[in-house]
Amino acid sequence: MSVVVLGAGMHPWGKQGRPFQEYGLAAARAALKDAGLTWPDVQYVVGADTIRNGYPGLVSAATFSQAMGWTGARIASCYAACASGAQAIDIARARILAGLCDVALVVGADAAPKGFFTPVGGENDPDHLRFRLLGATNPAYFALYARRRMAMYGDTPDDFAAVKVKNSRAGALNPYARYRAEVTAEQVAASPMVADPLRLLDICATSDGGAALVLASRRYAGSRGAVEIAAVSTVTPTYPNTVLELPNFATDSTAAVPPPENPFRTDIARAAYEEAGLGPEDLSLAEVYDLSTALELDWYEDIGLCARGEAAKLVRSGETALGGRLPVNPSGGLASFGEAIPAQAIAQVCELTAQLRGTAGPRQVEKARVGLAANQGLFGHGSAVIATSRR
Amino acid sequence: MWFTVEDDLTYLVGSRCADCGAYFFPPVAGGCRNPRCDGQDLQETRLSRRGTVWSYTNACYPPPAPFVAAEPYVPVTLAAVALAEEGLVVLGQVKDLTVDDLEVGMELELTSGPLADGPLVWMWGAAS
Repeated sequence: MSVVVLGAGMHPWGKQGRPFQEYGLAAARAALKDAGLTWPDVQYVVGADTIRNGYPGLVSAATFSQAMGWTGARIASCYAACASGAQAIDIARARILAGLCDVALVVGADAAPKGFFTPVGGENDPDHLRFRLLGATNPAYFALYARRRMAMYGDTPDDFAAVKVKNSRAGALNPYARYRAEVTAEQVAASPMVADPLRLLDICATSDGGAALVLASRRYAGSRGAVEIAAVSTVTPTYPNTVLELPNFATDSTAAVPPPENPFRTDIARAAYEEAGLGPEDLSLAEVYDLSTALELDWYEDIGLCARGEAAKLVRSGETALGGRLPVNPSGGLASFGEAIPAQAIAQVCELTAQLRGTAGPRQVEKARVGLAANQGLFGHGSAVIATSRR
Repeated sequence: MWFTVEDDLTYLVGSRCADCGAYFFPPVAGGCRNPRCDGQDLQETRLSRRGTVWSYTNACYPPPAPFVAAEPYVPVTLAAVALAEEGLVVLGQVKDLTVDDLEVGMELELTSGPLADGPLVWMWGAAS
């Protein structure tokens, strides 16, 4: 079930004010160079779409292909909110595994507006109405989850700040990260409150960025490529979903059907573990979607690094920091990158690739063999990718 | 209509499946969303007016459009409130209380209040 990662490439994250195509092209060219291939070698292109950049963003595979020069390659474009990149990887993987192509390019790039994300759709859709009626921004939902942790498990704002401190130290070592300065707990505590209990430095920014992967069949790759993708989970929630998800006004009802055994985020990781035949005990590192500091702690529990309620203790122990037993977000995470929606899940896999190849430089996790990237997009999109070393 | 006011009491209006009994808010059409239920009869129903706080937060900065912020801006407080009978957690603005007044697990009661530009919306308020 595995496909080989032949190449990975990124454009540095930031707020550079360029069209999204430029970031995607730079990443794609870097990935092709890394793979030792040229653009006409690519048989299939999957683009992860951006919905804030007009029509070209909604047909991103065509946009990138036209910009590289039409070769007649087959293409697909997809959108799954924050999970778009993983879905693009999954589409390419399926086509390779089906024997319909041998080598595919996956690209995602975004140019993000300043400030809060605002709705894109029509006036009667829930993403519009949650702003109109409630003023419920994305950080508001992150804050609800954070406050819930405080009430259920006794987490403190200091615990959340520890996540930012850890991720900023890793991000300071990453040339692709937007924020390269180390942040102290005092700086987090002194940053303005945005959505109580989350402060500005607890919440990830929105960024420009681009990331790309060249994926190939084992047959095509031969001995090339040190990393394989062993699993891609793109599961949706199971009814009734009892977590209030973006952009919803309410949860599902438990009146007719009891809640499922595991919450949605747990299912996202579990499906990936099952597909790879691996478990949390096999991981060397993980990249998780730290839209907020507190959400990184939720992920620790969801991907099975510790029991429910134990995540604050785990981050405090240093085990999830670079140099710890199981580093989480060795890239610096969203805390250091800010979110470039369609590129982010691909960037997570670029980091896994660097780590499993042993080319992550000062961020290198020792003897890295298995990495998990986990992510969740609004409207019920889960994503998790497990990459393994071939050596 | 997602809520109604009668005799000064505000009620959320959702739907309930006549077959399996599942509730939905906002109201839904097009058949029951319980995947094991074929029910097509979704009846408009009033939801419980009281529930307990699942979580809460606020918006320290004015939310962007299409929200219309009051001037001067007063932080919007939000609460997600669990309704026991319906097995739902429903998000709403909170009226006349700030995050300092709220706790997870405390009881709130439904009320309503105007948005800055006039329209009435459901809000959670102190339990009477």
